[in-house]
Amino acid sequence: MSETLVSVQDMKVHFPIKRGVFIDRTVGYVYAVDGVDLEIKRGETYGLVGESGCGKSTLGRAMLRLNEPTAGKMVFDGQDFSTLKGEELRKMRRRIQMVFQDPLSSLDPRQSVESILVEGLRAHGLDKGKESTSKRLRELLSAVGLPASALRKYPHEFSGGQRQRIGIARALALEPDLIVADEPVSALDVSVQAQVVNLMEELQEQFGLTYLVIAHDLAVVKHISDRVGVMYLGGLVEEATAEDLYAEPLHPYTRALLSAIPVPDPVVEDRRERILLAGDLPSPANPPTGCRFHTRCPWRQASRCDTERPALRELKPGHKVACHWAEQIQSGEIQPHEVKPILVEENDGLSPDVPLVGPASVTEALNP
Amino acid sequence: MALLEVRDLSVVFQRRGEEPFIAVDGVSFDVEPGQTVGLVGESGCGKSVTSLAIMGLLPKRGAKITGTVKYDGTDLLKLSDREMRDRRGRDLGMVFQDPLSSLNPVVPIGLQVSEVLERHRGMPRKEAMIEAKDLLDKVGIPDPNRRLKEYPHQLSGGMRQRALIAIALACRPKLLIADEPTTALDVTIQAQILSLMKELVQDLGTALVMITHDLGVVAGLCDEVNVLYGGKVVEKAMRHKLFAEPRHPYTHGLLASIPRLDAEPGEKLTPIKGSVADNIPWSQGCAFAPRCPNALDVCVQVTPAEEDQLGRLLRCHNPVVPGTPAAEEVPV
Repeated sequence: MSETLVSVQDMKVHFPIKRGVFIDRTVGYVYAVDGVDLEIKRGETYGLVGESGCGKSTLGRAMLRLNEPTAGKMVFDGQDFSTLKGEELRKMRRRIQMVFQDPLSSLDPRQSVESILVEGLRAHGLDKGKESTSKRLRELLSAVGLPASALRKYPHEFSGGQRQRIGIARALALEPDLIVADEPVSALDVSVQAQVVNLMEELQEQFGLTYLVIAHDLAVVKHISDRVGVMYLGGLVEEATAEDLYAEPLHPYTRALLSAIPVPDPVVEDRRERILLAGDLPSPANPPTGCRFHTRCPWRQASRCDTERPALRELKPGHKVACHWAEQIQSGEIQPHEVKPILVEENDGLSPDVPLVGPASVTEALNP
Repeated sequence: MALLEVRDLSVVFQRRGEEPFIAVDGVSFDVEPGQTVGLVGESGCGKSVTSLAIMGLLPKRGAKITGTVKYDGTDLLKLSDREMRDRRGRDLGMVFQDPLSSLNPVVPIGLQVSEVLERHRGMPRKEAMIEAKDLLDKVGIPDPNRRLKEYPHQLSGGMRQRALIAIALACRPKLLIADEPTTALDVTIQAQILSLMKELVQDLGTALVMITHDLGVVAGLCDEVNVLYGGKVVEKAMRHKLFAEPRHPYTHGLLASIPRLDAEPGEKLTPIKGSVADNIPWSQGCAFAPRCPNALDVCVQVTPAEEDQLGRLLRCHNPVVPGTPAAEEVPV
């Protein structure tokens, strides 16, 4: 068995922007994920963080092929997952399970907990007789800390935290190797969040699971992950162990992100120096040239930043960063400067040189 | 005298054929000019309903409001609708959580800002528009001249929230109520908005009531913090005191269950057991008792009274002794 469970190579997901009612024309692309390489080792927790719209969820979904990637591949346990088809793909999916953000909308309101859990077992032929199945269900529920009486209940009868436990039990039912958890705790109240985070950690120890945790909350990700990848506008900008990333962030975006997170301690809050980023996230349909972050970067330099896209390079063992000037920024050679916020166009990034042929809607077609 | 004095504010929702629901249960606090007061708690603790009651935005039918809300000496709860309309936007400003649903989608931003100035200061449209431009500029919206003519959907989430703040501040209200103003935003944008609000409060001397579930936001922004649970204030103290020595088991548990960015690696989180659904009514004892690691027999028999302990208000029979680590999690 090799140490690497998942290897993602140059993954790209581009969504076409369509226009026109009668003539379906593609007028541009949303570059949701634009060339990501990452590796997840067996038994570790890999955290993927970034702000909304950076492509972290799309990357997670593309790995499971819930969205077909435009380019690139994912190798799962030595097998190329991205070329599998039909029955082979279906069988492979048993080994990769997903936990979703909103437990209420990811559980069928008209299915009882029992039927939710049994469905997957049946589909993969793990339902071997009444006796063993009911034993398995009981095991699952006790593993996630729910009473056996929960089986006959429906999702609406549970609180948010309990629903998330059902979602986790559903993922566990198929004895997967990898669980992709997309914002598993962000919909929960803080006091309940910790319950679910602790549960996930316990289950990992118990069943030897590998996690890919996708979240926007860097504090949660730092707590739960062994290694963390930071995404910005479709690409990884930094990757390191959780401790290194916090102790020594190398990418300017990571620095800003870390400094922006409030810490529940007034003493720390009063002393902290904030790096305030100017402006908004640029549209992924019309990403900036060169380094994606150069429009908001306080350390931006006159050369290279706006022309050349930095590749992810290993600066220290296990610590990768995608910045041309990471060494100089770290040594203090380059100092931060003021950045003027620039307008972010919310027009889906349609470049002005693309003529819009055909009506955009039925009303436009009927009333020319 | 404080600018805003809330005394014994209670809100009871009563629907026909249903048990009355006590959303806010005897909340009292003061806000001085230039001061920031935080109301913290989890969903369902009554923090938003408190703000709506102060602003007079709760429906007349179905919601029974008791207590007093004194603003500059006058009781806002006794004012007529017309008098209240004159105050809202002029003396009292409010910023809501979701900027997209609190802005009118079919009215340009400029008009939504200038509307306030026309209504309350009687400015002619032209003049109000110029003032609106200055306001947008002040809250950090780039190219305000163009933004005046744009609609809410054309702005990003952070820009919408800035526009909403501009509307709230248009008449320089002495009191601003912000209900989860950054919850819908990304962290880097949240940092921008919080520093903007801090600046405005300092420059204009506005009193700010900050409602949030994020203890991190409170730690950086508020002077005094009220921790709400089940509609009652369970602990109230100045922020340094509260965070250094949380005495109520709920505050204590809340702080222990948040993953901190500066925590040591491998540090375990200590969650609070159960969920809000386990609460018992305050009339029977302490609502938090079923989830409380410190609960005694008396906690489910007698409602704890609010006690003043050296500048800290506490509602608990068995408070946490300063310096104790969080209780180990009891399996649910």
